[in-house]
Amino acid sequence: MNHIISVLVENKAGVLAKISGLFSRRGFNIDSLAVGTTEDKSISRITIVVQADQRGIEQVVKQLYKLINVLKIQELDPANIVERELVLIKVATDSKNRAEILEIVNIFRANIVDVAKKSLLIEITGTSTKVDALRELLDPYGILELTRTGKIASTRGSKKKI
Amino acid sequence: MSKITGAHMIIKCLKQEGVGVIFGYPGGKVIPLYDALYDSDIFHILVRHEQAAAHAADAYARATGKTGVCIATSGPGGTNLVTGIANAYMDSVPIVAFTGQVSTVEIGTDAFQEADITGITAPITKHNYLVKDIKDLPSIIKEAFYIASTGRPGPVLIDVPVDISTGLIDEKAEGEIDLPGYKPTYKGNQKQIKQAAKKIYESKKPVIFSGGGVISSGASEILTSFAEKAKIPVITSLLGMGSFPEHSPLALNMAGMHGTRYANTAFTQSDLIIAVGARFDDRVTGKVSGFAPEAEVIHIDIDPAEIGKIIKTAIPVVGNAKDVLTDLNKRYFEMDNAKSIDRKKEWVAHLMELKEKFPLMYDKKSPNLKPAYIVEKIYEHTEGKAIICTEVGQNQMWAAQFYKFTQPRTFISSGGLGTMGFGLPAAIGAKAGRPDKTVIDIAGDGSIQMVSQELATAVSNRLPIKIMLLNNGYLGMVRQWQELFFKKRYSHTCIRECVDFVKLAEAYGGVGLRVTDKKDVDSAIKEALETDNVVLVDFWIESEENVYPMVAPGAPISEMLEWEY
Repeated sequence: MNHIISVLVENKAGVLAKISGLFSRRGFNIDSLAVGTTEDKSISRITIVVQADQRGIEQVVKQLYKLINVLKIQELDPANIVERELVLIKVATDSKNRAEILEIVNIFRANIVDVAKKSLLIEITGTSTKVDALRELLDPYGILELTRTGKIASTRGSKKKI
Repeated sequence: MSKITGAHMIIKCLKQEGVGVIFGYPGGKVIPLYDALYDSDIFHILVRHEQAAAHAADAYARATGKTGVCIATSGPGGTNLVTGIANAYMDSVPIVAFTGQVSTVEIGTDAFQEADITGITAPITKHNYLVKDIKDLPSIIKEAFYIASTGRPGPVLIDVPVDISTGLIDEKAEGEIDLPGYKPTYKGNQKQIKQAAKKIYESKKPVIFSGGGVISSGASEILTSFAEKAKIPVITSLLGMGSFPEHSPLALNMAGMHGTRYANTAFTQSDLIIAVGARFDDRVTGKVSGFAPEAEVIHIDIDPAEIGKIIKTAIPVVGNAKDVLTDLNKRYFEMDNAKSIDRKKEWVAHLMELKEKFPLMYDKKSPNLKPAYIVEKIYEHTEGKAIICTEVGQNQMWAAQFYKFTQPRTFISSGGLGTMGFGLPAAIGAKAGRPDKTVIDIAGDGSIQMVSQELATAVSNRLPIKIMLLNNGYLGMVRQWQELFFKKRYSHTCIRECVDFVKLAEAYGGVGLRVTDKKDVDSAIKEALETDNVVLVDFWIESEENVYPMVAPGAPISEMLEWEY
């Protein structure tokens, strides 16, 4: 099962390596990982999507807590969060199918951020399902390059997430 | 404002931490540190291989309860420490390791003797640091000692680039601990403790499982008094040996792969396991699904990650063994102890009967030189008061089975990692920490050859340890597995007649004795103990003696290969 874990860490050298190392060492595969600083520059948030059963996720959270630079960990409940991912898709086009692609892009409320003779660069923000749906539709035209940021998430409501 | 070098600051901080002994080996990038050490009154023990420095620091910590310290240079110096650090990590031993590093501007250029030691040791340290700014040095050292020795203890490594140790820092700079993400829990949850007390009170077939955490937290005394008063039998893990006196009738000794039949039966039949500072290693549980099928588990541990990791827990209590047991003890005796003892009477009687019927055995009538006999004799001659270090393998199991440990910090062995070559440097470290004690390394001829150069360390530092070598000419434990599970195909386990260990001891300036006959055991041990030098006694034991009882790998602990009673 997919779990989204949000980890607040001290923004210090080597912390990311210690965290990602812990996942592989304990036999878990990371699906996606996004890192950035928070409202406090000395603290970073790492959002990790990982496949594990309930017992496994409990163990991995406990092990993460043992890392000295880890401040707080929260497993996010998918029902109560807004999750987003930003994806850049470079798709092959020619004059004949450009209009078709623009139509799809509009329906998905995605943006064209670069136009070239033989390609379009599309930017889309949304949930993974939305991104996957767009990707599926663009596939037949030939996706030249795809870059995902990995998932980030925030809980709903005014309460501070962690 | 007068300034000192980073190296001098390290020494100053070590003094502040109360460090009296360091184990280490110099090299290019730690020359400044060794130069600062030259003026210091800290006792430095020069080993002959960095791995031994880490093991010695580890055993020093186990023997004294203080944090052990070791030093190695960059590159191979650091990588040679790795096994020793991993060993301390697996057995939760507080050590602080200093490594030299190439200068900050050279890091990442594959400079001479450069290795990414913080990267390499990340999975085997509780925490590690690469010092990038000399201003951080005092705080890092303070934090390192704090992290190593608090909570669940463990190794911390500090990697010091050479320009940091030669750089200058204000002499009066003081370190500060700033660890917002590190807050170990000492005091247990009172509600859980109350529940635990009640559960113990109501149980009919309880057993205490005492692990290494009991020793490291100083809880042996309270555990012993609780068990004796409540009349609850105690099983120890390998690292828990010495946490409960083995001459007590309630002592069921060690459980697991080479545990006693009565301990393994007690686990299997019990209705409640009170685990304290123990982590249910696979060498204890055997096949997990067959382990203690009828028991509920109260798990007391300072590390929340150990609870529920292997065994389902009914009542978890996160906290320091000593604090939790003190509270539990108080809660428990608020209830009617006589009634509780009565409820458990049949169970205890049953276990006492098993203990009587299935003691640890060997062929006592045999004229041959039996290892168990030698260990019993060592126990007799030292009156059970020595610190016993072991190597890994059969020698370790015979030492654990046949020496009767009654005091904490007297049995020092590589449990989790099972590191061959641990015993000799461990004995050096233990003796450096406890010069008042007789320190013995119960060794095997395989293990000791991994570190035999350390005889030089022991002799030249006048640490008169005694090595009781149970020499069977085999890598004995592997040979035993080959005999039992691989049709006696002794692939690369025979190492007979390669080394004259008596001459080896003499070559290093120690004393070597050889015993080939049972009747000479007493006099040789006596002579070894009375000689004020490093003594190695080379016992030519029966070569294909096995360690029994034994649980086959993957089998439940209720199924034991046994001595024929």
